[in-house]
Amino acid sequence: MKISQQEVEHVAHLARLHLSREELQTMTGQLDTILSYVAKLDELDTRDVEPTTHALSVTNAFREDAVKPSLTQREALANAPQHNEESFMVPRVL
Amino acid sequence: MEPYELTITQALSRLASRDLSSRELTQSCLERINAVEPTVSAFITHDADIALSQADEADRQRAAGSVGPLCGIPLSVKDLLCTKTFPTTCGSKMLAGFVPPYDATVVEMILRAGGVIVGKTTMDEFAMGSTSETCYYKVPANPWNLEYVAGGSSGGSAVSVAAGEVLASLGSDTGGSIRQPASLCGIVGMKPTYGRVSRYGLVAYASSLDQVGPLTRDVQDCAVMMQAISGHDRRDSTSVDRPVEDYSAACAAGMRGVRIGLPQEFFPEELDPEVRQVVMNGVAALRSAGAEIVDVSLPHIDYGVAAYYIIAPAEASSNLARYDGVAYGYRDEQANSLIELYKNSRSAGFGAEVKRRILIGTYALSSGYYDAYYKKASQVRTLILDDFKNAWQSCDLLISPVTPTPAWRRGSKLDDPLAMYLSDIFTLSTNLAGLPGISVPGGLSEEGLPIGIQLQGPHFGESLLLRAAYNLEENLALDRAIMPRPTT
Repeated sequence: MKISQQEVEHVAHLARLHLSREELQTMTGQLDTILSYVAKLDELDTRDVEPTTHALSVTNAFREDAVKPSLTQREALANAPQHNEESFMVPRVL
Repeated sequence: MEPYELTITQALSRLASRDLSSRELTQSCLERINAVEPTVSAFITHDADIALSQADEADRQRAAGSVGPLCGIPLSVKDLLCTKTFPTTCGSKMLAGFVPPYDATVVEMILRAGGVIVGKTTMDEFAMGSTSETCYYKVPANPWNLEYVAGGSSGGSAVSVAAGEVLASLGSDTGGSIRQPASLCGIVGMKPTYGRVSRYGLVAYASSLDQVGPLTRDVQDCAVMMQAISGHDRRDSTSVDRPVEDYSAACAAGMRGVRIGLPQEFFPEELDPEVRQVVMNGVAALRSAGAEIVDVSLPHIDYGVAAYYIIAPAEASSNLARYDGVAYGYRDEQANSLIELYKNSRSAGFGAEVKRRILIGTYALSSGYYDAYYKKASQVRTLILDDFKNAWQSCDLLISPVTPTPAWRRGSKLDDPLAMYLSDIFTLSTNLAGLPGISVPGGLSEEGLPIGIQLQGPHFGESLLLRAAYNLEENLALDRAIMPRPTT
């Protein structure tokens, strides 16, 4: 087994997902199949290989530090599930 | 011939000669949508009033002599490109009813070019899938056989073009999501070089792989669309500041002096014999057009699926962390604490495939596994990139299949994620290497399903790709059908 139910449960918590018992079972099986396939990468010796994160090396793209139009408060709140005209509302944090 | 059956090039010439108005053309597309949409399900949202008012505006612009390169052409847009006038759902319950406060750069560009946006197309949820079956709203059907998948993740975009509902569409390609549905639906689809087209306003899936591109009925139309959307965008820091070539002019040249590489790894023994035959017909067509065919090898291609299904989920797990039920998107109203709000909203808002990829990605990036998975996959990405660089020493372009088989029956791979992932084997490495690729119709299977041919080129090799694709299209001279066949 590449991954256990406990590990999947832990990863789900890290990803802020809740899985039902049934989902957890199915997901563990599927993740195990996928990770077992991915283990194919270990066939390759990559000790001296630099990792690639972007296929084209783009250097820093700078822009001038100028004020430009941005979203109004009203626009920013327009899609909020809950707001009080000024801020996004969430359940009590403390 | 009804106006909706025209290509962009044909329509533009009739619009220019005032033989047709954009309103008439758009009306024809809307009638076609009414006729076929109940069976093909290409759209999540479409709006006749918005389309007709844009068409009227295009007609006014033409009358006033200010004619953009897409003036009056009805188009569709994949539902992950932000639009102020339509909701942008990404095919997810998470973004039901979400109306972005701005247009994506590519949307601005096609509107400025005079394009008429008819609606937003069905897609796999957050572009994660190969059949568009993970769409929360509806699943598009392959217009050539409604029992078969349309491909994905830009399935609705491909269907809207193949079924004659619009003349062209914008999709996105992270691992084949433009080229594969184009191939399965018998149209042209192009994934540009990473950085050629702006990603601003494209809802992110895997940011180092995502690229916007066109789906069209023929190669000339693809060149027209590429011209309209290519270019540097200051709002996308990975967009490349480099002049855009004249893609339509590039199509006109022949193939003399062009070396086409035949990569053996793309023709494994188990490849569907009909797919092999179609691609070899394409090879013969390019040879007769004057191209030289050379054998090449890309030894690490076989590791592409494994590397991709670590890298893309890793980036996705980070990108999709923003959906927390706070600023926009689905919220669970019952939650009593912030962490419950996050967990409940995400669990109810995302479908199974999205959760699966978030979990793989979170795992691959988590403490203790980073080196074994993410770093390893990124190193293998370097090896794949080097394979392509070596190939460009002996050839100018690569020819291969797009998919290992023609379209398959709906539902047949849904419960087997790995089988689904492996269907992307020929398209993923293009994205890992940031290269441009195009899928061109190559022929039909015995069952009557389309089979495409893929061409891949070096970074910013769009002109050469379009030129080869055009030659392929001309030499194969396939009957370009709109499906289901118009009854009138």
